[in-house]
Amino acid sequence: MITLQINGEKHKIDVAPEMPLLWAIRDIVELTGTKYGCGIGICGSCKVLLDNSPVQSCMIPVSAAEGKNVITIEGVSKNLQLLQDSWTALNVPQCGFCQPGQLIAATALLDKISDPTDEDINEAMIGNICRCGTYQRIKNAIHRTVELKKQG
Amino acid sequence: MNPIKNISRRTFVKSVGLASGGLILACNTSVFSDKEKDENKDLTNFNPNLFVQLNSDGSLILIASRSEMGNGVRTSLTSVIADEMDADWTKVIVQQAVGDAKYGDQNTDGSRSVRYLYEPMRKMGAMARAMLITAAAQTWKVPVTECTAENHVVLHSSGKKIAYGDLVEIAKNLEVPTEITYKNPKDFKYIGKKLRGVDTEEYSNGSAIFGMDKRLPNMKFAAMQRCPVTFGTVKSFDKTAALKVAGVIDVIEIPRIAKPFGTLGGIAVIASNTWAAFKGKDALKIEWDLGDNASYDSEKYMKQITENVHKQGKVGKDVGNVNKAFKNAHKIVESTYQLPHLAHAPMEVPNAVAWVQGDSCEVWAPTQDPQSARKEVADYLVTPEDKVTINVTFLGGGFGRKSKPDYVVEAVAISKAINAPVQIVWTREDDIKHGYYHTVSSQYLKASLDKQGNVTGWLNRFALPSIASTFSPGVDYPAGFEISSAANVPFDIKNMKVEVGQSPAYVRIGWLRSVINIPHGFSQNVFADELAVAAGKDPLDFRLNLIGKDRIEETEDPIKYNTARLKNVLKLAAKNANWGKPLPEGHAYGLSVHYSFYSYVASVVEISMAFNKVKVHNVYTVIDCGQTVNKDTIKAQMEGAAIFGMSLAFYGKITAKNGAIEQSNYSDYKMIRMNEIPKVHVEIVESTEIPTGVGEPGVPVIAPAIVNAIFKLTGKRYYNLPLSDYGLV
Repeated sequence: MITLQINGEKHKIDVAPEMPLLWAIRDIVELTGTKYGCGIGICGSCKVLLDNSPVQSCMIPVSAAEGKNVITIEGVSKNLQLLQDSWTALNVPQCGFCQPGQLIAATALLDKISDPTDEDINEAMIGNICRCGTYQRIKNAIHRTVELKKQG
Repeated sequence: MNPIKNISRRTFVKSVGLASGGLILACNTSVFSDKEKDENKDLTNFNPNLFVQLNSDGSLILIASRSEMGNGVRTSLTSVIADEMDADWTKVIVQQAVGDAKYGDQNTDGSRSVRYLYEPMRKMGAMARAMLITAAAQTWKVPVTECTAENHVVLHSSGKKIAYGDLVEIAKNLEVPTEITYKNPKDFKYIGKKLRGVDTEEYSNGSAIFGMDKRLPNMKFAAMQRCPVTFGTVKSFDKTAALKVAGVIDVIEIPRIAKPFGTLGGIAVIASNTWAAFKGKDALKIEWDLGDNASYDSEKYMKQITENVHKQGKVGKDVGNVNKAFKNAHKIVESTYQLPHLAHAPMEVPNAVAWVQGDSCEVWAPTQDPQSARKEVADYLVTPEDKVTINVTFLGGGFGRKSKPDYVVEAVAISKAINAPVQIVWTREDDIKHGYYHTVSSQYLKASLDKQGNVTGWLNRFALPSIASTFSPGVDYPAGFEISSAANVPFDIKNMKVEVGQSPAYVRIGWLRSVINIPHGFSQNVFADELAVAAGKDPLDFRLNLIGKDRIEETEDPIKYNTARLKNVLKLAAKNANWGKPLPEGHAYGLSVHYSFYSYVASVVEISMAFNKVKVHNVYTVIDCGQTVNKDTIKAQMEGAAIFGMSLAFYGKITAKNGAIEQSNYSDYKMIRMNEIPKVHVEIVESTEIPTGVGEPGVPVIAPAIVNAIFKLTGKRYYNLPLSDYGLV
């Protein structure tokens, strides 16, 4: 048995320790906001926060997440909620499928750098593919979030 | 006959998915669609397929018959009905229709949802408003002329008001008005405005349910190994190792179904979770009969079709006398363009949940065409269509891939075999290696110029495996619809010839966002740029002259193209980009203009190059798509189209060796990422013409504009894509 702490809740699951965290979250815990996109850690759709660091959950064995705090798109983290508000305000999503991963990556960015430059954004978001091409709005939504935070 | 009826008291409302009660209006959209109008001339039997219901709690239920895949259709349709009805659009609940002919044409491709549904939606909205006003007037015993509607209430000139919901009981007993008054477009509150997407919140908090997110009690997970070569079959297989994978429940063979949307067949692994199914699939040992397509080598194929376009082909169009024009030419220009296969690669891979129980079946799938899925499933199960329910989930991208329900048939085949609900999930590798590929093409263009630099003759000879080959195996020449976008070019050229060369298919050929306009938009726009250079003219002036005087072009299509609108978008794009004004050192512009899906789009791109690598800084796109519905969706589609167009220009290339696709994932089938994006500036032309396509027409202009800009900057012309083949990205 492996115990996972996801969004503040404990889940005891009976899976092989090498099962990628992604599939434990989606198929066992049944939180489906975290997406499968490539399975090889290069598209970012499966990003979650593991002890506040963004990781591609398709590459992390579930055993490596034991004892750590996992935050998914369904979870609560101050910057995540602020970013979600900007995502909605600027109509960022088109098909929406990659956006949970984009939001997690953006959350991790703002956790680390409170006022990122375009270069910082490029670096933080380069691992997330959006086939619909919503990148420009993602960038704008990150900047908007920062502006609103500055205004308090 | 009035195409709209009040069906509030009819018993069949339940069959379309609405609870009884409330005011329900229904409409037969076929009278608004040219295609369906022809096929369905007899309208004496009222067969409604579009429904809207106002309940006494004020909620307004709209049945969305089209699929949502990032196209924003659920928002657009909501805004049209709400505006014309003077309803509060936050009270609209969008209910997604299952796949059924009773909802009319549900095939969400061809950039036509708004084009087909705009008029009927407005008409229903206007009628509902009139009925609610009548109901209020009856309640107050006042003339209707003293009543107006606004934001979900009817107002009387005395200041009295009644909420829409409170009028339902009276309104539902009224006849629909025989004459209706539309709102003046200047009074639109939602149509043509910037609106927030109705599903944006769910997309942003992870609660939107895509096909892959569907869960059922006791549901199994499946993955399938298909033959590396298209249409190859299983000779034998060993499932021992796969069955040893923890979580694997069963391994079964799924035979190929030789239909356009039938499964390719292969070996399916059924497991208790997706990961176990994937691992089990990797552990399979399969011996394949590779079949006839094992000889496919895309590099050799390109050489072959290029030879075919360098000799005489079959004539698709012949106007004037091209040979004479060439003979009398002051200058001749000729070029050959080669574009590779592309894969759709939507972020959400093909997947579906199916549950076969006896002779019935229920499916949950991200599909662009639920009626086609329903037909395929019914055929497979040899059961009547009314035993098959296709629930449409959100689509994590479609781009044409999810119009082809082969993956739905797979889920159904497995569910039937194991007698349990099952979800099949393709791996990304499956998606890249077993798609319905965008065609591969070779195009030879030749033109003559007179002394003044006018184009006097134009020959376009191209070869590409046809989409028709997917439906009629053996088709080995481009089909009529693939010829028409080369033949109906909006250029004022007296002598024009289009020919096609032989080009059989060795993989499944499908339609991908903007379809045949990708190769034709590329060759026409790059070639026009070359002609401008040969004529010693500015590409913008040359192009405006090439399009010629204002006119409506006669085509076989009911919607004619208007050269004035085409020139207008080109001029606006140039103006927005400050075309002709000096740019920073080392920067250059390229332009491109294309008419597709009845819309007019021009783009100017600004690039620079450092260490022989292209950087796109700005894209100025202008679209004229007639009356706009949701401006922000149109803007978003143009922004996305610029990125989609850049991805194919920079990286898009699918190749085959020994019949097998060589690419496997986003690692070798790359996409544009955040660090590569330009600023995309979008202008939408104000128009009261009928609404036309938005989802696709922004794509074809991007690649040629980039290639033209590279020429401007470096003097080097690139004829083939992707640019990564030249080391330019």
